[in-house]
Amino acid sequence: MAGETAPSQVSTVSGNVRRRRLWRRIGRLWGHLALIPLSIVYMIPFFWMLSTALKTDRQVMVWPPVWIPNPVAWDNFPRAIAFFPFWRFLANTLTIAVLAMLGILISSSLVAYSLARIRWPGRDLLFGITVATMMLPYQVTIIPLFIQFTRFKWINTYLPLIVPAWFGGAFYIFLLRQFFMTIPQELSDAARMDGASEFRTFYQIVLPLARPALATVLLFEFLARWRDFQGPLIYLQDPRKYTISLGLSYFRLEHSTEWQLLMAASLTLTIPIIILYFLTQRTFIQGIALTGLKG
Amino acid sequence: MMAEASALPRRLLRTQRQRNVVNGLLFAAPWILGLLLFYVYPIFSSLYYSFCDYSILQAPKWAGVRNYLTLFTNDEKFIKSIYNTLYYAFFALPLGLVWGVGIALLLNMKVKGVSIYRTIYFLPVLVPDVALGILWLWVFNPQLGILNALLWKWFHIVGPGWLSDPAWAKPSVIIISLWGVGQAVVIYLAGLQDVPQELYDAAEVDGANAWQRIRHVTIPMITPVILFNLIIGLIGAFQYFTTAYVITTGDGRPALSLMFYAMYLYQNAFVLYKMGYASAMAWLLFLAAVVSSYALFRSSARWVYYGGQ
Repeated sequence: MAGETAPSQVSTVSGNVRRRRLWRRIGRLWGHLALIPLSIVYMIPFFWMLSTALKTDRQVMVWPPVWIPNPVAWDNFPRAIAFFPFWRFLANTLTIAVLAMLGILISSSLVAYSLARIRWPGRDLLFGITVATMMLPYQVTIIPLFIQFTRFKWINTYLPLIVPAWFGGAFYIFLLRQFFMTIPQELSDAARMDGASEFRTFYQIVLPLARPALATVLLFEFLARWRDFQGPLIYLQDPRKYTISLGLSYFRLEHSTEWQLLMAASLTLTIPIIILYFLTQRTFIQGIALTGLKG
Repeated sequence: MMAEASALPRRLLRTQRQRNVVNGLLFAAPWILGLLLFYVYPIFSSLYYSFCDYSILQAPKWAGVRNYLTLFTNDEKFIKSIYNTLYYAFFALPLGLVWGVGIALLLNMKVKGVSIYRTIYFLPVLVPDVALGILWLWVFNPQLGILNALLWKWFHIVGPGWLSDPAWAKPSVIIISLWGVGQAVVIYLAGLQDVPQELYDAAEVDGANAWQRIRHVTIPMITPVILFNLIIGLIGAFQYFTTAYVITTGDGRPALSLMFYAMYLYQNAFVLYKMGYASAMAWLLFLAAVVSSYALFRSSARWVYYGGQ
């Protein structure tokens, strides 16, 4: 193609290309000009949180506020953690999270396998209902469940927070189903020809291939449990059984003006999640992107 | 020969089909049971409770439509909570849409350091809701908070009372929601990256400028993602609870300006133990969620473009 064009045309085409490149570069410059100030604005609350968490009680009250604490009050963190008490609440949260993650992983992957890999009448209806339940506000079902769990004498135990997870979660079923659909059907057919049972096909062929999606499910469920406030608020009464999110809300009630301690405690809850994000960035971003596509 | 060859697979097929039904149901059994226990049963029993006086200590007593009647004719808090929730949805959703798409478009310009920017806009999403409420109480603190300090330092403006002023409380929580737009940005960005480059090239050849390309190529192509985020956002607004609960310690102060629907439902059910009354609220919420999701889906036929998939 290039050999056939006349020299004069070549020069105008390359001129066009050059002009377009220039415009694109100017566009990107504008992009940075918009993104940099916006990023600073987005980071201000984080800087403010960190800065306050390292101030003495007297520095917190200084007007106008200073950004750099002097002296740096590192002991706000041990004080906040001791008041909280952070370690006990962390252990409670992890107990709930691990048992719920296990339940969600097993049940949701089984159900998603049925919806994605087995042909049976009613399958599409069940999938439709699954998607519909994702749009159901949490509060719609909460009252009868609370009444039912009261009858079971499950209030003030972790059971209301764990047991439902073992029956599957709509969002995770949806996510895993979308992923299972992308695994070639021939693999299952081959296994079936070799006489493998459906469960073996599920366990030995589909699950190992779906590891990234399973990791997403575990990650999201962990985060949901870490930040869950409403569930523990409704079902847990004994302060020794509190989770970290619930504990932090009570911490706020008791120390409502000691901002340096409140910020230290809030950071203590946030930093592990930020570390987790940096360790699992790909799983994180792909998982969220996956939920939006074909929604 | 022919008959034998076709009879054999057919017999296998029939048993395979039966096996599929059994396996399909077995694999789906936890969820079918879960749907019945945690969705179907609660929805219908709360319909029944909504027509009862029920304090959980005593057995439910039939009350007819009294709960619904009281809600609409004799409960200012209820009306206020609907107003607050609709106010929040009405401003937070469109603003979040424009803001989120705007940031995603900027990030999609293939500028250098996209991953750093994306991380910055995503970080707020990682802050647990309770910590989020406490953090913004402190940012918005009228006397000592950073926001009013910066407003004074940069613009010599005396900032308002933010979360402690009834007129500013709702705009304040909408600002908080915009800070957390990163989740939607990631989804928009994924949608933007799926727009085929050929479409932009074709538009450019046809002489479309940057704005026209965004308006007539980009936006139509990401309407499915916009619909998804709108539905998620709307349901999120209906059940908006934790941040406002933490900020107001559950009572919706100041002057009920932050009393949202889900908070008032919680208060009736789990503070006042008016289970029947709260069930009526739950059922109205259910209807609102069904009707508005349906309306959004129906309207989507007119503005969502599925040609790209």
